Amino acid sequence: MYAMPQPVRRSSTAQTMSTSEKTRIVGTAVPRKEGVDKLLGRARYLDDIEREGMWYGATVRSSIPRGLIRSIGFDRRIDWTEFTVVTVADIPGRNHIQLINADQPVLADGMVNHCEEAIVLLAHPDKHKLREAVDAVNVEYEPLMPVLTIEESERQETIVWGADNILKSFLLEKGDVDAAWAQAAHIVEGEYRTGAQEHLYIENNGVIAEWSEGNGITVWGSLQCPYYVHKSLLAVLDLPEDKVRAIQTETGGAFGGKEDYPSTLASHAALLAMKSGHVVKMTYDRMEDLAATTKRHPSRVRHRTALDGDGKLLAMDIEVATDGGAYTTLSSTVLSRATLHSPGPYVCPNVRVSSKAWATNTVPYGAFRGFGAPQAIFAIERHMDEIAAAIGMDPVEVRRRNFLHDGDTTATEQVMREPVILDKLLDRALTESDYYERQKRFAQENQTRAVKRGLGIAAFYHGAGFTGSGERYLNSLAGIDVTPEGRVRVLVANTEFGQGTNTILSQIAAESIGIDYDDVEMAPVDTNVVPNSGPTVASRTSMVVGKLIERAGLQLVGTLRERAGLREEFTREEFFAACERLREEDGAVISLCRYEAPAGIFWDDQKYRGEAYPAFAWSVQVAQVAVDTTTYSAEVEEFWSVQEVGRVLHPVLAGGQIEGGIAQGIGYALYEKVVWKDGRMANNQMTNYIMPTAEDVPPIHVYFEEIPCRFGGFGAKGIGELPHDGPAPAILNGIRDAIGVGFNAIPLLPEDLFAQLVTQESKAEVSAV
Amino acid sequence: MSEHLANSSAGISFIVNGEKRTVAAHGMKRLLDVLREDLHLTGTKEGCGEGECGSCSVRMNGELVNSCLVPVLQAEGATIETVEGLGRAEALHPIQKAFLECGGAQCGICTPGMLMATAQLLAVNPHPTIGEIREGLAGNLCRCTGFKRIFDSVAAVVVEMDATAKTGGAHAG
Repeated sequence: MYAMPQPVRRSSTAQTMSTSEKTRIVGTAVPRKEGVDKLLGRARYLDDIEREGMWYGATVRSSIPRGLIRSIGFDRRIDWTEFTVVTVADIPGRNHIQLINADQPVLADGMVNHCEEAIVLLAHPDKHKLREAVDAVNVEYEPLMPVLTIEESERQETIVWGADNILKSFLLEKGDVDAAWAQAAHIVEGEYRTGAQEHLYIENNGVIAEWSEGNGITVWGSLQCPYYVHKSLLAVLDLPEDKVRAIQTETGGAFGGKEDYPSTLASHAALLAMKSGHVVKMTYDRMEDLAATTKRHPSRVRHRTALDGDGKLLAMDIEVATDGGAYTTLSSTVLSRATLHSPGPYVCPNVRVSSKAWATNTVPYGAFRGFGAPQAIFAIERHMDEIAAAIGMDPVEVRRRNFLHDGDTTATEQVMREPVILDKLLDRALTESDYYERQKRFAQENQTRAVKRGLGIAAFYHGAGFTGSGERYLNSLAGIDVTPEGRVRVLVANTEFGQGTNTILSQIAAESIGIDYDDVEMAPVDTNVVPNSGPTVASRTSMVVGKLIERAGLQLVGTLRERAGLREEFTREEFFAACERLREEDGAVISLCRYEAPAGIFWDDQKYRGEAYPAFAWSVQVAQVAVDTTTYSAEVEEFWSVQEVGRVLHPVLAGGQIEGGIAQGIGYALYEKVVWKDGRMANNQMTNYIMPTAEDVPPIHVYFEEIPCRFGGFGAKGIGELPHDGPAPAILNGIRDAIGVGFNAIPLLPEDLFAQLVTQESKAEVSAV
Repeated sequence: MSEHLANSSAGISFIVNGEKRTVAAHGMKRLLDVLREDLHLTGTKEGCGEGECGSCSVRMNGELVNSCLVPVLQAEGATIETVEGLGRAEALHPIQKAFLECGGAQCGICTPGMLMATAQLLAVNPHPTIGEIREGLAGNLCRCTGFKRIFDSVAAVVVEMDATAKTGGAHAG
């Protein structure tokens, strides 16, 4: 447990804004902090760590989607005295993972609610003996009727969660939607669906746990949020705060997939370590990771939209439904973000969004880059093209006529106080892609070719940071210290998993203090060493945590000036000499800052009204798509992405975030299909769950428009999730442009294209394209 | 389990990163596990265990192989190169340097395999076109970058190696 150092010195020096100042380090392409270790292959990921006398853990899982556990038998062909066996009876504390609702058991207690639910844990010193042992645990069930789809759940004939299968619901209302239909020149309706998506981080989930009476439990893991793990372990093991410690190891990709799941895996490994008395490592192989861990929520969004004769929005009636799986995990907050992003970046006087997350008997869905926004934005941005077709207007023009501008209000009646430059982003996207010229050329060529090309567009925002009051509740604490060895350390619980946390926070620290990037390092992400600066999620690191580090740096320099004789202008040597003078007095050199909610920001959790996010990142994307009408395959040939994400802290890392998000978005649209069979993922292998390869990702052109944001570290807003929001609708809009047929569901694989086109052709309803 | 495979007291010998190594391992043990467990060369990663992701790529006798698909008995007498043999902290290999500068590595877990695939590509074809780079790296999955900066990295290595060749310099590895 992190112990708050005393005294915490606060400087009285006024904190100045530095977002518009010229910077030395911020905005430059310094080398990635942990880059050399990664390139030499010496970065230590969880499975690279071996400990003397270490045991290995494995999990016995449910083979049915729903049922009562009648008995658990242990086959006599195994010598069970060699094993440590943990069941629900061995849990010293609460049998619930501590997330939003404490409804998800650590181990099944008499009942299972999804396939692959953990029932029994095994540990043995020889990992090769575990597979046979797992197969030798015989669980007998009394199967119950499962609910496997949104539609089955909303029928409420079989109740599998709570009183009504509803994990969470929201109702957002602005104006009077019902009164608007009578005045409408056009009413356009549509239904849009998205499938589950796998994170497919290349490093699977893994945890090592060590127990001792004196120190309690320590876990090392590939994880995003050490304090989430800490919180669950406290409850599950019934330990005091100073007997639980969570440490992040180098993490090989996460994308949200290591936000909530590590709390479960860490609990499992900890239980085995406590009972066996040995250090226990649990790592999943790819098949187990794909089958048993979280995925992106499937969704169904219905739009009914009223427009006037000029194509301006009069009313939007939106119904959002997500499949949450068997337990709540993060479904409430995912639904919240889906709700808040469902009206798109448009101004409309009358909006109603009714949203529900439905429980089903599938593996619980969890956090995944975009967190509900990609689902909602797929629907609204596909719908805008259907509106354009219905009213006979250019899809670009429909969007332009309805864009939010400075001073407009969103569906939650949040006033756009910061500059909104959607028109500029759109113009740049059209210019860079040579949109109209290409479109004209394709229309000509498509008349005689089997491969038909088209261009599709998507415009969207992504709210940066936690939704509504989230950041206030988090109340993050972060800071900077200086070690006696003369190293400046960034103290945060925010984790590096490829996106560049280590690098950008070191840049911000160095810049705000006025020292070199090489003088800064990251303190280990260890709950005994770093304060709780909140989870590494929600595109909040650059903006929210970055701002705390910027403030901590300025505060440290202010303290050194006030109390240790640091001059206005100082050299590196003078800075460290001043630090040592302060250390003599205080015993430590440390500067911590706590989150301060921006003034004038108000959010009403009950009415779902007010400032949903402190800032929005904005983007317009264009996809060039080719559809082969003989093979029914669609591919993306070129992609343009223009965005405003505040200040760009590091051009190479920022570009990498955008490109990587677009590649995942292309996979979401055209490649990545989770195939379900009786509630279980049937294609839980990289052989048949297909992500885009080096040959599938097209040339991607990335452009930034920079407007420093006053709430973010050196003006940065969130960037990580934004690029994943737009590709799917842009690509399907491109397909519509190419062949004149609108597809409303993703993933859209060749067999899906084939099915719909052939059905339509057989009905002779396809107009000549 | 067949007796002659299990009997590894004689050991299996091969050259790893220029050094002769002998391991006492079951002949069907995966080369990946021998590298990681017996030789503690943990730079080579397991991503899928079925030859799809390429994270475990190493060079064996001048070919790129997925070490998760190679039983170690096939490596008897072979010459193997892993990421650990590519460069050192004080003297990064040009491929490592380019990936560092161009943003070719993000989370880093696919990186060792991607570096070995790049080394193989450039050994066979020192001046690849963008199409040849795409094809050469298509067996190595990266979930972070969208590949663009990996292609940039490979292109930068070509430029760097050409410049070095012209000035008569030589790089280790």
